[in-house]
Amino acid sequence: MVSQARKSELLFSGSDWDFAKLSRVYEEIEAIGVEELRLDIYPVQMEVISSEQMLDAYSSVGMPLMYRHWSFGKHFLYNEFLYRKGARGLAYELVINSNPCIVYLMEENTMALQALVTAHAALGHNHFFKNNHLFRQWTDAGGILSYLDFAKSYIARCEERHGLAAVEAVLDSAHALMEQGVFRYHRPPKLSSEQQREGLRERLEYEERSYNDLWRTLPPSQGRNKPEAADESLAERKKSLNLPEENLLYFLEKNSLVLEPWQREIIRIVRVIAQYFYPQRQTQVMNEGCATFVHYTLMYMLFDRGRISEGAMLEILRNHSNVVFQPAFDDPRFSGINPYALGLGMMQDIQRISTEPTAEDRDWFPDIAGRGDWRDTLLDAWANHRDESFVRQYLSPALIRKWRLFVLADGADEPHYEVASIHNERGYSKIRSALAQSYDVGASRPDIQVVDVDLLGDRHLRLRHNVKDGILLEDESRDATLRHIRRLWGYDVSLAAMDAETGATLSERSTKEL
Amino acid sequence: MPIFIDRRLNPKDKSLSNRQRFLRRAREELKRSIRDHVRTGRIAEVDREHAVPMPRKGTSEPTFGDAKDSGQRQHILPGNKSFSPGDLIPKPGGGGAGSSAPGTTESEDDFRFVLSREEVLDLFFEDLELPDLVKLNLKQILSFKPRRAGFTASGAPTNINVGRTMRNSHGRRIALRRPKQAELDAIAKLIAELESKPASPAIRERAAALRKELDLLERRRKRIAFVDPVDIRFNRFDPQPVPNASAVMFCLMDVSGSMGEREKDLAKRFFVLLHLFLTRRYERTEIVFIRHTHEAKEVDEHTFFYHTQSGGTVVSTALEEMHRIIEQRYPVAEWNIYAAQASDGDNFATDSERCIELLDRKLMRLCQYFAYVEIIDERESHIFGSTENGTSLWRAYNAVDGKWPNFQMRRIAAPADIYPVFRELFARQPALRKSA
Repeated sequence: MVSQARKSELLFSGSDWDFAKLSRVYEEIEAIGVEELRLDIYPVQMEVISSEQMLDAYSSVGMPLMYRHWSFGKHFLYNEFLYRKGARGLAYELVINSNPCIVYLMEENTMALQALVTAHAALGHNHFFKNNHLFRQWTDAGGILSYLDFAKSYIARCEERHGLAAVEAVLDSAHALMEQGVFRYHRPPKLSSEQQREGLRERLEYEERSYNDLWRTLPPSQGRNKPEAADESLAERKKSLNLPEENLLYFLEKNSLVLEPWQREIIRIVRVIAQYFYPQRQTQVMNEGCATFVHYTLMYMLFDRGRISEGAMLEILRNHSNVVFQPAFDDPRFSGINPYALGLGMMQDIQRISTEPTAEDRDWFPDIAGRGDWRDTLLDAWANHRDESFVRQYLSPALIRKWRLFVLADGADEPHYEVASIHNERGYSKIRSALAQSYDVGASRPDIQVVDVDLLGDRHLRLRHNVKDGILLEDESRDATLRHIRRLWGYDVSLAAMDAETGATLSERSTKEL
Repeated sequence: MPIFIDRRLNPKDKSLSNRQRFLRRAREELKRSIRDHVRTGRIAEVDREHAVPMPRKGTSEPTFGDAKDSGQRQHILPGNKSFSPGDLIPKPGGGGAGSSAPGTTESEDDFRFVLSREEVLDLFFEDLELPDLVKLNLKQILSFKPRRAGFTASGAPTNINVGRTMRNSHGRRIALRRPKQAELDAIAKLIAELESKPASPAIRERAAALRKELDLLERRRKRIAFVDPVDIRFNRFDPQPVPNASAVMFCLMDVSGSMGEREKDLAKRFFVLLHLFLTRRYERTEIVFIRHTHEAKEVDEHTFFYHTQSGGTVVSTALEEMHRIIEQRYPVAEWNIYAAQASDGDNFATDSERCIELLDRKLMRLCQYFAYVEIIDERESHIFGSTENGTSLWRAYNAVDGKWPNFQMRRIAAPADIYPVFRELFARQPALRKSA
């Protein structure tokens, strides 16, 4: 009798899905998620797509709308090649940080998989996007789709007016600097609303219309020629340039002397998109961990309540364990630390510490050990941390032992790797900080800043690369990228590598030598 | 309640224009691989899909990146089994090459992607500098002509088949017993008659009954339409390929020692272009390869292009062989015969006379078209600017050229020179199409 009653409560049976089932499952999952895990989510828009459309989305950096550029075509071919060869499967879902939150579901998924994906993306990722402080502060979920729409049509219009080649050249150069096109420390200016953009465009058009070459021929005013005035204006200009500046694209957009207004706008578009993705790069472990933890917990809750059949649950668990599989370093399948596995592991560890702490946990985590309510702790962590701080705060000795983590020191000129720390008393905190360090996106990519430019002289743009731990730039790509900067700047550019600690100049490369 | 959107029905090829931008960008390199493809592939298979390696030039996306062979790093790895702090592990790849942690490299080396037939032809044509109209013509696979193919229940109003529609309507009217106008008229007349008579209860009753019946019939008539949408039939048209006769293409080539790699490559493109033209116009195309030195022989394609043979040069042997094969296998009534001959122009002086005679008397009567290209050195191209002087074969063929309009000859030094040989052929296209 019991089994009969349970069967009738099943949310779905069989592996085929339809929209009625999807909707029923979503509602059940949302209800449990909000009630039991106290998740707070954007409204959801689910879109069913085919594998080809998934490849499309891959190649346009996962966005539903994107301007046209050859590099996306190249990435599409590359992804398609890997997919056709069977070297890589496609994701079951894709989720976009927008309001409403867009979740792509693959049509090939079985119903059980759709349920898993719904819990993972529509609840887990969605909650993270809405609540994590990085996303709240740095991205505008409500505005991104209309911004991309604007970007796409703006660039298409530019192509019509100025030709494909001219637009492509600007985009190529801007893409090369995408990594250096984000504000890492101070908050970026808000995405301007549509009205403001419209106003900006109108103003530019007005300026173009009312441009009169005659003004150029006016004789310079008398006062300008005095030397002290020139000094003053130089200092003023330098100050107004706000140097040093870490956001190269921002600097070029605002200060380049050779760019047309439309070229500046294109650079701005690339910069805004880079900035939009910056929080995602800093929260990979947390984002995936949060989504994985949510789907795992919710699926078990549904199963315990008899809403999912055993067969479906087995399928879900099989997929779940594929996703969180972490091979050891000497396994041929090893390709770095799996963010899904690390995130889930740490979050389940927090759950354990909150409910069944050991003496060691009480030592390491006096704040949360034995507090009982793991939900609060997790919600707080999801809201306030990024990968680097999350690992630094919550990676426990127990997990380090479980994973048997170790640190390998790698000096470029040594013939050997040296094992620096392993999972023992002395190693725990070192491993923890090394791992946290490796997730610090700001620290792990080259730190390149604009330090000086003499706008009144030869307009030579000087960049500085702060070399950390002796890690230099790769020559060939550095030269190619410098060429791109020169194209946007219009005058010579030089890049000096300076040791961050000693301040000694290690090398200098100028576009004059190229 | 989430919003569901089914995107599967959205138009495909969302990133098509990105692909086109990419192909344009990598044009030069792709053209080179198509050139190789033409050189090594079979003539009949040039216009197929083709996988090409990923172009490297012009498609790199540089960014500032760390040099792998500098500085101090730390790798955090899971799964320690036996290491203790201080253990030294030799780096893979031997000594200080500084390879990073294992398993982080991914190469794009063997990455190939498939160009569609259209794209392959585009790249091929670009080299040959074909006019756009011709390109478009060549890319069409077949011409279609609508043929009547029965009837269908849906279609454009212009295609309504009235006879069939009325037949259906008639049958339906009979089956549903739609009252005819004559019946109604008869009853109405009867009523009128009854009413004109002096009123009596019996007559009044009868008239009322008739009126009731008339009313019923009228309503019935209104309900059952004269022509109902279910009756309508349309003529169905099926696009059918225009039945073309078969064509045979003779490739004649001098393979004596003077024909080098470059000459053969140019010759091959010349053959490919003619073949493309033929496959488009004719349903069935066969190719016959005849190579010759001082004697001619029919061979297969591979031998034709890749085997060298030593010997003198007697062109007439090839023409004779061609004539023999036509007589044997390709009756003129059933086959359209095209010939393409490539040579460096060497021939025995006495033999040239024989060639003129063979062409003039026999072959030109049989052939739709005979194209001759003489492949010359690029350095010589300015010397041979005028048509008068030239090799013995050239002078001999000049005589034929004057006499027969379907004979074309040309000196070529570069791929772009090939197309003018066929200009006549392609120019005659529309006229031919009309007559077909």
